[in-house]
Amino acid sequence: MDTSPVLDAASLDGRSFENILKDIQEVFDDTTFPTVRRWREQGGKVVGHFQVYFPEEIAEAAGLLPFKVRGAPVEAVRAESRFGSYLCSILKTSLELALAGTVDLDLFVSHPICDAARNLAAVWGRNVDYPCDILYLPQNANSAHAARYLRDEYARLQRAIEQVAGAPILEDDLRRSISVFNENRRLLRRLYAVKRETPWLLAIDEVYILTALGGLIPRREHNSLLQALLPIIEARPARPQDKIRVVLEGGFCEQPPLDLLRAIGQTCYVVDDDLLIGLRWILDDVSLDGDPLLNLARAYLEQSSYSVVQHDLRKPKEKMLLERARGAGADAVILSAAKMCEPGLEDQVAYSKALDEAGLPYFVTEFEEKMTSFDQLQIQLETFVENILFT
Amino acid sequence: MDEKQARSADIVGRGAQDGARLFREWFQSMTEVSAGGGRAAYVFVMGSMAEVLRVFDYPMVFPEIHSLQMAVRRVAHEYLNQAEDYGYSPDICGYVKADIALQLRQGDHPMGRIPPPSLAVLTNACNTYIKWAEIWERMYSIPIFTLDIPGTRRAGGQTWPGNADFENDKRYVAGQIQEFIGICEEQTGRRFDIDRLRQVLTYTNDMVRGWHRVLELNASRPGVFNALTDGTIYLGVSNAFRGTAEGARYFQELVQEMEYKAASGIGILPEEKHRLIFVGVPCYPIFRRFNELFSEWGGVFVSSTYLWFASGGTNLGFEYDLSRPLDSLAEGILISVRHAMDSMFFQDRALIGMVERFHVDGVVYHPIKSCRTTSAGLADNRRAFMQATDLPSLFIESDMMDKRVVSEAQMKNRIDAFFEGLNARRLQSAAA
Repeated sequence: MDTSPVLDAASLDGRSFENILKDIQEVFDDTTFPTVRRWREQGGKVVGHFQVYFPEEIAEAAGLLPFKVRGAPVEAVRAESRFGSYLCSILKTSLELALAGTVDLDLFVSHPICDAARNLAAVWGRNVDYPCDILYLPQNANSAHAARYLRDEYARLQRAIEQVAGAPILEDDLRRSISVFNENRRLLRRLYAVKRETPWLLAIDEVYILTALGGLIPRREHNSLLQALLPIIEARPARPQDKIRVVLEGGFCEQPPLDLLRAIGQTCYVVDDDLLIGLRWILDDVSLDGDPLLNLARAYLEQSSYSVVQHDLRKPKEKMLLERARGAGADAVILSAAKMCEPGLEDQVAYSKALDEAGLPYFVTEFEEKMTSFDQLQIQLETFVENILFT
Repeated sequence: MDEKQARSADIVGRGAQDGARLFREWFQSMTEVSAGGGRAAYVFVMGSMAEVLRVFDYPMVFPEIHSLQMAVRRVAHEYLNQAEDYGYSPDICGYVKADIALQLRQGDHPMGRIPPPSLAVLTNACNTYIKWAEIWERMYSIPIFTLDIPGTRRAGGQTWPGNADFENDKRYVAGQIQEFIGICEEQTGRRFDIDRLRQVLTYTNDMVRGWHRVLELNASRPGVFNALTDGTIYLGVSNAFRGTAEGARYFQELVQEMEYKAASGIGILPEEKHRLIFVGVPCYPIFRRFNELFSEWGGVFVSSTYLWFASGGTNLGFEYDLSRPLDSLAEGILISVRHAMDSMFFQDRALIGMVERFHVDGVVYHPIKSCRTTSAGLADNRRAFMQATDLPSLFIESDMMDKRVVSEAQMKNRIDAFFEGLNARRLQSAAA
């Protein structure tokens, strides 16, 4: 189905990037998720999928809106009572969106990315009247049987989505959808290339908003927007500043507040990161030949990025981080983790020891999606940067 | 002492004593392996793959068990502090940190010396297993094998043999088991022996049958074993001696003991006042005292979800079909470990079904800081349980390793209030 777009690409003519981004940020900042609401008001159905990766192509092929559930800076008034203590914020605020009726879904899917999140589908399912599924993405990515298993797991997911859609998904529907997402991935790669090669043209918070928008609107619409915006970005009249180049690691699940990213951006060029890595998980085009589900499964396993919540012997996390930092020409790394995020905190040790060995400076910090004060962080970061610049 | 008394003295308490002895011997055997410069397979309680490892005669180390023993022996804080000094956060699993410190101390443990790993086998039943094994991989450059076991996709949505989704899952598990056997063959230089596997499966079947029966016998009134304390000993044996003749014999004798107690009306306490179910992982830093806080009020734990998930779901009673050993192994591991996961995430349904059969008076939920897998959903599970039944429940938080987050006084207040409520309720219902 078609809905009225967030921004009509035709209406961008003559406007500055800053002016356009302001409108996009309004959509991004709105914790009532107006794009999802509008989709539903027009008769559309929504599949909510929790972090990190989800094969959105299958939902889009059925004409459903895949909505990335990534928490929100809201008070978890109702959800707090559904969980114990010592938990990250994203679980609670994500559930709060459902309990408060902020976001109405037709299907919720999560997968066991961590010990806390693997409880989410069960809790969610006990509190809403729509189906809540767990998608078991393979944790033995090195098994010769993983791709076949995942292909059939996707087929199971497809059946669940078809039930919601009330219509079958044909192979050609899947191919069309994969093609849309291939285009989206190409555009996001281009966006990240701008940030990496000319970071003065695109700040970390700006690229983050543009990327996150993809989880809120149909991908075709996201594609049109990015296609129209990229030339505008590339023509921005910005000049390079005396900032160090850093890689930011730790945003794979709970998202740091936008103001935290801005605080980092004031002293550093963030030339690569793992923010919303699920939307950028697949690194190349997914093949359109043959079985689309098998192609998606193979792409997940063989053409993919890395994250602390995916186990793959071919991708030791510290080695992958060093590759990311070197590939981006980074002078330093910012290792962040959401408060109470077990996998993030566990891998900080391996990361810091590998960075020590490689002689790459790093800055360690924790964040929470609801935090509002960044003065202390900014002072510490400035000191860190000055140490690199002047010693 | 008459014949009956003599028999009682001979049989009652045997399971606890033999279990403690077996564990002392087990730690001694680990110490000997370590002293001889040997290594062991590191495995976890939810999907240990003991059946395959026994075929290759791997000594097996259960890091969850050696970690919890540090807490029971009240030295966990020393290990936790060392791991935190090394860089690990106070907010991650205490078992992991205790083990890291143990590795940094070359296996030094209050009950002996733990040998380093030769390989590690883990399932996805707990995500921390994966992160933990990645740490060993970095420390020792050993092979680590993740046996990926798909769980239940939706509440009440388990699939079974013959269903296409189940068969897909089973094919995946079976394929991985074959790959794992290949790793063992390569590391040991030995060929896999299917007849030996049959023998090991026979022992496991005996053990599982016994374990299932023992758990069921606690529906007797009075209850025949304390699911919190005695149960933890039995659980340890069920893991460390899985697939062995000793383990099989232990559970046969344990069934004898429990049947004898049930037939003779021998309970856990002199007077059983309140029958409780425990949900979560025990508070090991004050293990004995934690139990006393309940037993002093006449509270007995007749069941515990810990005995379900930490036995790898063997409480379900799945027995292997020896006529198709490898196929049945894949099926059994899939069904049992999936059940272990269900016991953590969807346990409200099982608890509701036990209330009448086990004559349950109340449920104690014990979420812990260290383990989000078993704890994150407990508040909501409790809410669902309370909506479905009119039974009282208690929700107390502490930890299984870190005494810094265990407040005995605070727990006692809550537990006392819980029992006062149970007593008042009983008086009211007697008066009605």
